[in-house]
Amino acid sequence: MTMNAPPAPSVGGKRTRADVRRRIGEKWWVPYLFILPHLAVFAFMIGYPFFSGLYISLLDADNFSGINGAFVGLENYRQLFDPSHRQFQRFWQTLLNTVLFVLMSVPALIAVALGLAAILNAKFRGRTFFRAIYFAPWTLSVAVVGLLWFWIFQSRGGLIVDIFGWFGLTSPGWLSSQPWAWLSILIATVWWTIGFNTIILLAGMQAISADLYEAASIDGANKWQQFRNITLPSLRPILLLVITLQIIASFNLVGQPQIMTNGGPPTAQTTPVLLHLYNTGFRSPFDIGLAAAMAVVVAVVMVVVSVINFRFFSSERA
Amino acid sequence: MAGTIEAEAPARTRAGSAATRRSAFTPGKVMLYLVLILIALFFILPLVWMLSTSLKVESEVFRDRGFIPANPSLANFERLVQSGGQTPVFRWMFNSVGVATVGTILTLLLTSLSAYAFARIDFPFKNLLFSLLITTLLLPGIMFLVPQYLLISQLKLLNTWPAFMLPGLASVFGVFFMRQFFLGIPVELEEAAYVDGAGRFRTFFSVVLPLAGPSLATLGVITFIGYWNDYLWPLVTCQGAGCTLSPGLRNFQGTYSTQFGLLMAGAVLAAVPVLLLYIFAQRYIVQSVTSSGIKG
Repeated sequence: MTMNAPPAPSVGGKRTRADVRRRIGEKWWVPYLFILPHLAVFAFMIGYPFFSGLYISLLDADNFSGINGAFVGLENYRQLFDPSHRQFQRFWQTLLNTVLFVLMSVPALIAVALGLAAILNAKFRGRTFFRAIYFAPWTLSVAVVGLLWFWIFQSRGGLIVDIFGWFGLTSPGWLSSQPWAWLSILIATVWWTIGFNTIILLAGMQAISADLYEAASIDGANKWQQFRNITLPSLRPILLLVITLQIIASFNLVGQPQIMTNGGPPTAQTTPVLLHLYNTGFRSPFDIGLAAAMAVVVAVVMVVVSVINFRFFSSERA
Repeated sequence: MAGTIEAEAPARTRAGSAATRRSAFTPGKVMLYLVLILIALFFILPLVWMLSTSLKVESEVFRDRGFIPANPSLANFERLVQSGGQTPVFRWMFNSVGVATVGTILTLLLTSLSAYAFARIDFPFKNLLFSLLITTLLLPGIMFLVPQYLLISQLKLLNTWPAFMLPGLASVFGVFFMRQFFLGIPVELEEAAYVDGAGRFRTFFSVVLPLAGPSLATLGVITFIGYWNDYLWPLVTCQGAGCTLSPGLRNFQGTYSTQFGLLMAGAVLAAVPVLLLYIFAQRYIVQSVTSSGIKG
C-alpha cells in the first residue's frame, strides 16, 4: 500500500514527470474537491434514482403517496406480463408501436442521410450553405416541430391538402387514418432530425482519403462502385455510431405523436411506449409504480437491442 | 472516366479557379444544384409556412393559401402578449433562456472541474469511479424519469429552474468529453504555473481553462441546445407560467387546438431565438455537433 501511495514513477515510461499528477505536498483531498460538485449532483440525480426507481416499481404508488406507497412486490410487473390483465395488452401494443417506429425510421433516417451526405460531399460552391439549411430544423424544439407538422397535415386547411391539390390528387386524412398517421410522424421526424445524421456521416466521408477514389477511378470504377466499395466500408465505424444513436433516439419517440396525433388514430395506434408511460404515471390516475415498472422493462429492452446492434455490426466485420 | 480525373486533380492542387469555372456549367452541375435546391425547399418551406400562417388573422388562415400573406398582420402576436395570464409565452421564454444559460454555465463548470481531476491527478479509486460514470451512459434515460420526478417533488422543487437544470448538471458525457481534451494538452504548460507556485485550482482556472475555450464552446453549444429543446422532463415537472417554452407550447396547444394562426405565432416565438443564433453561428454550431457526436 505504501508502495502505491506515493506518486512513484511506476507509471512507467509513459509519463516520467509523475510529480505533475500528484504534486509534492499536495493535500490528498484536492482531487476530490475537483470531482465533488459533479459527483454530488450525479449521485443525487442518477445514482440514487437508479435504485429508487427499481424500488418504486415495486410499490402501489401515486403522485401523493410517492415513495411512501404500499409495497406490493412484483405486482406491477405481473400486470405487465399477465396476458389476462388489462394493462398487458396496452403496454405491449405501445411497445410494439415503438419497435415499429424504430424499424421504419432507422433505415429511412440512415439511408436518406447517407444520400444527403454523399450529395454534400461533392465539390461545388455553396456547400456550407446547403449543409446549414439541411441541418437547421435540428435546432428546433420538438414542440415547435410537432405543432408545425400538426398544422401542415391538418385535413382542413393543411398545406398537404394544397400540395395534393396541385397534382389533382385528393389528400387522405393524414392524422386520422393509417398508415398515414405513422407516415406523417415519420416525415416530421425526418425533417427534424435528418441533418444530425447527415453532418456526422459527411464528416466521416470527408475523412476518407481522396487517393482511394483516384485509384478506383483509374481502375475504371464508376461513382456507384466507388460508393459501395470505398465510401461504405470506410464509413463503418461512423455508421455504427450513427445507427446506434438513431436507434436510441427513435426508441425515445414521444413528442411528435403526442402533439400531432395525440396517440391515435384509432385508439393508441400511434402511441409509443414512452407516451403510454407518461399517460400512466403523470396523468390521472397517476399510477407511478406501474410507470416505474414499465420504465424498467423498456430500459431492459433498449439495452438488449443496443447489445444486439453492437454484436451484429462487430461480427459482420469478417 | 478520364474526364473526372482531369477535372478533380487540378482542383485540389491549386484552389483552381479555372477548374471550378469550367465545371460550373456542365449538365451534371446543373442537375446537382437542382437537386440541392429541391431538397432545401423541403427544409425551408415548412418554416416559411409557419411564419406565414402566424401573420394571418384567424379568419384568413383557411382562406388565404399563399406563402406570402395577402394582408399580413401581427394580431396573433398581440393576442399572445395580451392573453398573458393564459399563455404566458414571454414567461416561458424567459424561463427557457434562463434555464439554458445558467444550466449551460453550471454544466461546463461542474464537468470540466471533474474532468480535470480524472485527466490529470492520481487518486485512489479513480479508474473505478470513472468506469462507473461511463457505464451509466449506457442506461436509457427513461429509467430515471419517475424516480427523478418523485425526488424533485419531495424536495418541493417542482416548477423551478433547479428542477429543469439538475438532470443536465449530472451530465457524464460532459465529463467524458472534457477529459478527452485535458488529456491532450501538454503537461509542461501546467508545470510552468506549478513552478511559479500556483496551486491546482489556480492552475486550473488561469492556465488550463483558458486553453479549453474551443472545447468548452463545443460542449456549451450542445448543452445549450439540449436544455433549450428539453421536452419530456420539463413537461413532467412544470405547470402554467412556470414552464419552459417546449412544454408550455404543448399545453398551449390544448387551449387553442384549432386556432392555427395563434399556434404558429407561439411556434415562431419559440423558434426564432434559436434560428437567429443558428444563422449567426451556423458554421460553428454544425462543427460543434459534429465533433461532439463523433467523440461521443
